[in-house]
Amino acid sequence: MMPDRFDTPPLLRVQGLHKCYGARVALHDASFDLWPGEVLAVVGESGSGKSTLLNTVAGRLAPDAGCVLYRSADGAVHDVHAMNLAQQRALARTEWGFVHQNPADGLRMDVSAGANVGERLMGLGWRHYGQLRATAQTWLRRVEIDPARVDDPPRQFSGGMRQRLQIARNLVTHPRLVLMDEPTSGLDVSVQARLLDLLRRLTRELRLAVLLVTHDLAVARLLAHRMLVMQHGRIVEAGLTDQLLDDPQHPYTQLLVSSVLQP
Amino acid sequence: MIHPPASATAEPVLSLRAVAKHFVLHLRGSTVLPVLEGVDLDVAAGEVVVLDGPSGQGKSTLLKLIYGNYRPSAGEIWVRPDPTRSPLELGRATPREVLELRRNTIGYVSQFLRVIPRVSALDVVTEPLIEDRLDQPGATAAGALPDDGNEESDRAVAREAAREEARRWLARLGIPSRLWDLPPATFSGGEQQRVNLARSLIKPRPLLLMDEPTASLDAGNTATVIEIIREARARGAAIVGIFHDDAVAHAVATRRVPMARFHAAPVPLPGSAREVMPA
Repeated sequence: MMPDRFDTPPLLRVQGLHKCYGARVALHDASFDLWPGEVLAVVGESGSGKSTLLNTVAGRLAPDAGCVLYRSADGAVHDVHAMNLAQQRALARTEWGFVHQNPADGLRMDVSAGANVGERLMGLGWRHYGQLRATAQTWLRRVEIDPARVDDPPRQFSGGMRQRLQIARNLVTHPRLVLMDEPTSGLDVSVQARLLDLLRRLTRELRLAVLLVTHDLAVARLLAHRMLVMQHGRIVEAGLTDQLLDDPQHPYTQLLVSSVLQP
Repeated sequence: MIHPPASATAEPVLSLRAVAKHFVLHLRGSTVLPVLEGVDLDVAAGEVVVLDGPSGQGKSTLLKLIYGNYRPSAGEIWVRPDPTRSPLELGRATPREVLELRRNTIGYVSQFLRVIPRVSALDVVTEPLIEDRLDQPGATAAGALPDDGNEESDRAVAREAAREEARRWLARLGIPSRLWDLPPATFSGGEQQRVNLARSLIKPRPLLLMDEPTASLDAGNTATVIEIIREARARGAAIVGIFHDDAVAHAVATRRVPMARFHAAPVPLPGSAREVMPA
């Protein structure tokens, strides 16, 4: 990474990640930095390696080479793959969030919305029932879910509401880094617009660093400051989102951009 | 290390040196489209440079290069963030530096408003001022959105001041107040363009790029935009603009630059001619 005049260190530093499945190279020499408040989109078609990249950064997949360095709130730098399971889980519950494409993978579908939002707070030691409930209701309101639904389980929610609940569940502890895997796909267009607006506002107001995997260039345009384009497990182009969309240089980026209607 | 151009007496806000832009179309047999060649241009504070020439000569392309939206094929683009700082070269600046230049230094009035679903005209215009505040050191995640659901009072006060400023801009540009709380997606072309102007101009930046800002405006609003450009110039902004209407160009220009001198010859670069021909 080039040095610049900002002397703040990155929140996340990914260096030379490499991952093979048998003979197939899923991820080849992936490197990038991510700063607080920055939304970085990873785009590419299925099989390009973007999900492998996300899961390796998240610590869910072990890389064959390379490392993921995270600077926690206390300033210490952690090698994510050198942490033990308990340390990884503590990080995932406090300073990190993970928003799954399918909300059912990130929620407890049969417990109440309030308990879903409160779970991370309880993990941090919150015990006062009234406080937990009040905070859960505040967050339901923030993601535009009627707080009166606090006792209903997400199984009774629509797809868009479930996704918004998953976001509330993640953001309630003010994480510093949120990983998102196709958060808007699988939703109706009108529902998508509402979720995008919400994500755009919350990421800015909370100064979240976000690593966002999406195949949708319009989502990248709306949410991301920077973008990585992946093809065959490699990052083939990186830069400001509008630069890559309006003046793509790599043949594959040109193909992606020219294949959609008005990104 | 390459240093900024030495014409230090004028201290230009913007300096272009030998800037070229051609587009390589990989999906069309790597056809090369040359657009600009050998662009040398200095713009100082208080200047309004109008780019003249028929469409297709690269006027908008040049503005997009200066905004960092397009990447030059050759040459250097130097932008001085403010009078106290030394210039940055866009090609060597990191993405974060370019974003910071856009927030604080370079204003860009595009031809069309890119609407954001569900965001009201008032918020669209307010955003550059709010963003600025979020960017300040000390704006922490926890402080930005306290859990009681109410904004901290000083933050709320700043937000309301920004909104008040946005209302002034919307009113000045003749957007009826009944539209302020609506998303601009359903507005007319002229209304959208005026929202776009308000959003781009609300923050007084040292360098202003304007791509046909009066294209879809009536005479009254055009006169307002001319007035706004003159005010920006008077406060010391450096301005580069494209105006389809020669009367507007004449009213604001301190210097006119014919694009013909920068226009790349419409000859494909070596090696591409063969590939343009169908086999």
